Amino acid sequence: MPFIANTKEQVEQMLAQMSMTRDELFSDIPQELCAKSMNLPPARSEMQVRDYLSSLAGKNSTDLTCFLGGGVYDHFIPAAVNAIVSRSEFYTAYTPYQPEVSQGTLQAIYEYQSMMCRLTGMEVANASLYDGGTALYEAMMMALAITRRNKVIIDSSVNPIYRYTLKSYSRNLKIELNETVSTDGLANRSEVYDLLDNDTGAVIVQNPNFFGCIDDLSDLAEAAHEKGALLIVSTYPLSLALLKTPGEIGADIVTGEGQCLGVPLSFGGPYLGFMATKKKYVRKMPGRIVGRTTDSNGKDGFVMTLQAREQHIRRAKATSNICSNEALCALSALVYMSLLGNEGLTQTASMCAQKANYALKRLTAIDGVELHFKQKWFFNEFVLDLPRDASDVVAALVEKGFSAGFPLSRYYDGMENSLLVAVTEKRTKQEIGMLAEALEAVL
Amino acid sequence: MKLIFEKSQKGRTGILPGESDIKESFELDSSLMRSEPLDLCELSELDVVRHFTNLSKKNFGVDDNFYSLGSCTMKYNPKVTELIASCGGFANIHPLMPQLRGGGILTQGALGVLYEMDLMLREIAGMDAFTLQPLAGAHGELTGMMIMAAYHKKQGNHKTHVLVPDSAHGTNPASAAIAGYDVKVVPGNEDGVMDLDAFREMVNEETAGVMLTCPNTLGIFNPHIKEICDIIHSVDGLAYYDGANLNAITGRARPGDFGFDIVHFNLHKTFATPHGGGGPGSGPVGVVEKLTKFLPISVVVKRNDGTYAVEYDREDSIGYIAPFYGNFGIILRAYVYILMLGAKGLRRVSENAVVNANYIKSRLEEYYDFPYKGLCKHECVLSASRQAKNGVHAIDIAKALIDRGFHPPTIYFPTTVPEAMMIEPTETESKETIDAFIDAMIDIAKQAETNPESFKAMPKTTPVSRLDETKAAKVLDLACTGCE
Repeated sequence: MPFIANTKEQVEQMLAQMSMTRDELFSDIPQELCAKSMNLPPARSEMQVRDYLSSLAGKNSTDLTCFLGGGVYDHFIPAAVNAIVSRSEFYTAYTPYQPEVSQGTLQAIYEYQSMMCRLTGMEVANASLYDGGTALYEAMMMALAITRRNKVIIDSSVNPIYRYTLKSYSRNLKIELNETVSTDGLANRSEVYDLLDNDTGAVIVQNPNFFGCIDDLSDLAEAAHEKGALLIVSTYPLSLALLKTPGEIGADIVTGEGQCLGVPLSFGGPYLGFMATKKKYVRKMPGRIVGRTTDSNGKDGFVMTLQAREQHIRRAKATSNICSNEALCALSALVYMSLLGNEGLTQTASMCAQKANYALKRLTAIDGVELHFKQKWFFNEFVLDLPRDASDVVAALVEKGFSAGFPLSRYYDGMENSLLVAVTEKRTKQEIGMLAEALEAVL
Repeated sequence: MKLIFEKSQKGRTGILPGESDIKESFELDSSLMRSEPLDLCELSELDVVRHFTNLSKKNFGVDDNFYSLGSCTMKYNPKVTELIASCGGFANIHPLMPQLRGGGILTQGALGVLYEMDLMLREIAGMDAFTLQPLAGAHGELTGMMIMAAYHKKQGNHKTHVLVPDSAHGTNPASAAIAGYDVKVVPGNEDGVMDLDAFREMVNEETAGVMLTCPNTLGIFNPHIKEICDIIHSVDGLAYYDGANLNAITGRARPGDFGFDIVHFNLHKTFATPHGGGGPGSGPVGVVEKLTKFLPISVVVKRNDGTYAVEYDREDSIGYIAPFYGNFGIILRAYVYILMLGAKGLRRVSENAVVNANYIKSRLEEYYDFPYKGLCKHECVLSASRQAKNGVHAIDIAKALIDRGFHPPTIYFPTTVPEAMMIEPTETESKETIDAFIDAMIDIAKQAETNPESFKAMPKTTPVSRLDETKAAKVLDLACTGCE
């Protein structure tokens, strides 16, 4: 039997040592509760299972040229990222409860926290959360705990799947979730100001937002702070190599999806939720946090700290129920950022913006194809208006070998003809040209 | 070891994207740009690879030696599952593909894995349907409690609290609280399981449900499990099974047959996916028939023509709890593991996990106090209170084990046992390894008698000695944001 170590003789020796029989091992489970049978496929050897799985993998088409974004992106991942995270010392360890044998993981988390602070312009970051969506939910709960208020304002330019997620979690809690309707590709200022009052605990916005538009949220930060509310910004971390940081904008809590930092698409996960905030809020931040300290000889070392916030100590009164996080994805992000460095990350982000801008020009040169939000800046994703239903057009382009983008009608009323197109550094001039030709042909 | 930032050399470059094949330059408006240039680090690829290779050597993983951390099921993580998860046919699929018209057909392999995994978990759990979306065990708990809340709302029940035994993992009460319930703690009895009479007394019309780990965190199977489920059902409450300890009974008993209504499994424990230094995990949730309509969006279904599709329209669903289909890469690894073991293999898993745990208990009973006598399941909990009388506490024994090449057990949990040390050997450890561990524990017990002072200097073999956690919490050095 694979992965089971003891021989039959060894099991018998152990049973003899205990003066027990095999049947006695499970004698504490009432007979009537034991499973009669279990209908699972017969066991496969490694050779057989690899064969079977490669046939399943073959049923997934990965040769479409990807212009699909919407929060997760097809970015380049250097070979060294996988080489590092595949070291079993990292991936077969668990939460660093014993710091003396976990300095590798602990120092890496401390460096990751530092990188995320430098990238976002914030003061402290946690060791990771599940993904961008649940991280935003955790930020909302954190803001409400800090402000001791229960009203939340969220703009519809925030990733719609994240908004749905927040709605599900709020359903059983005393949270008043208000949604403002984005205008002109940006967060709706006038609706936010109308709703913003002394009961508001959090204003939740996104930059670059779901439409790809860059929204300088400084005015909203100021307005939120005037009423004692916190500004929560969900962001696309790669864009921050170029863009004004959430710290500069005045955000109080920053979250986002870190998949763009060296984590593969993997059909939706595992990904990397990140969170950064101001130092004064650190005791209300969920998740693990690593701090630097010294050992008994005065040597620098790292430990998990502020654990009194967490579920294993505070139980029902913890800041969050999170236990396992996405440590290995955080390590990927750290290694990715280290490998690219200042120049590599800045060049990559610039190239995304440059290629997206080129794609926009090529695509809007087609008759009837227009940019939806005119005169707005975008990072690497933009909304096109097509002359007919975007879902039909996407289906036609799938046939031609492109995942051409995300039709917005699924989440936005009245945008039947709108398509969200993402361009990463991986897309070539030729691929963009071919998409333009294919689009023209199917319209 | 220096921080990566301290190794940075101005002007050194790492991995660059290369020259763009598009010549037209593009500048964003300067008002939108960051005011300070990015300040991460400037290193060569070799600098980075060496830094992290050296860091990895300061870690202890399952591949190094026996990782006895109780309740975490630190079994061997097969290499083949890593290989399959990293293959392009799975690693390079964009999760929004199935939402495109005509896109679902291009992800049939991945959707097939999710569909079949759901069916296999139903068999293993004895439940009627699973959602694979929860991204970790605690996320599964929260999902399960939200399903519980949705059920009571639909029934028109007025439920205010959830019952949790005192030995439960901290995530249980935390999850119940976040789902909007008060938490009431049920005491344990002298046999180490939840006190049935106390439980019966605490259950009333306002009890939404009970959350149980079975076997519990002491490794003990509750013989009254069916009765507990019956009692909770008598007030239209629901029984929630925390599958943290499924490894003890996998392949031979199913929570659905015990009477549970909602279960979550930890794929990273029972089904051998790597723990990643803290994650990622995966916490699928299974439910009985009457609760299937509340499962989160989305669900993978099989159409009449044999193809798979993702279903989003679900009227009574608790909604989205995560953006996509769960931690697919982890689900895939666990799927491969179950395929390799089959039903017989899963029975062997629990048998060997239980033999190993009882063997440890039996050989150590002379040297350490075991507060609960008799059979345990996949883990055993000892108390170092005998050693503590000499000033050698659970944490000191843990550090002594480190110096002998073993990862220590979980210590000071469950909190109901003083000086607790929770040892979980798993089925992937052999008798030789376990004997070596036991010999080390015996040696340590003897040293605690003869030379208790010697423990304070342990561990001696590690890159750092004991760390000052009080200082860490006081100075709060949580990030280096300009330390070079």
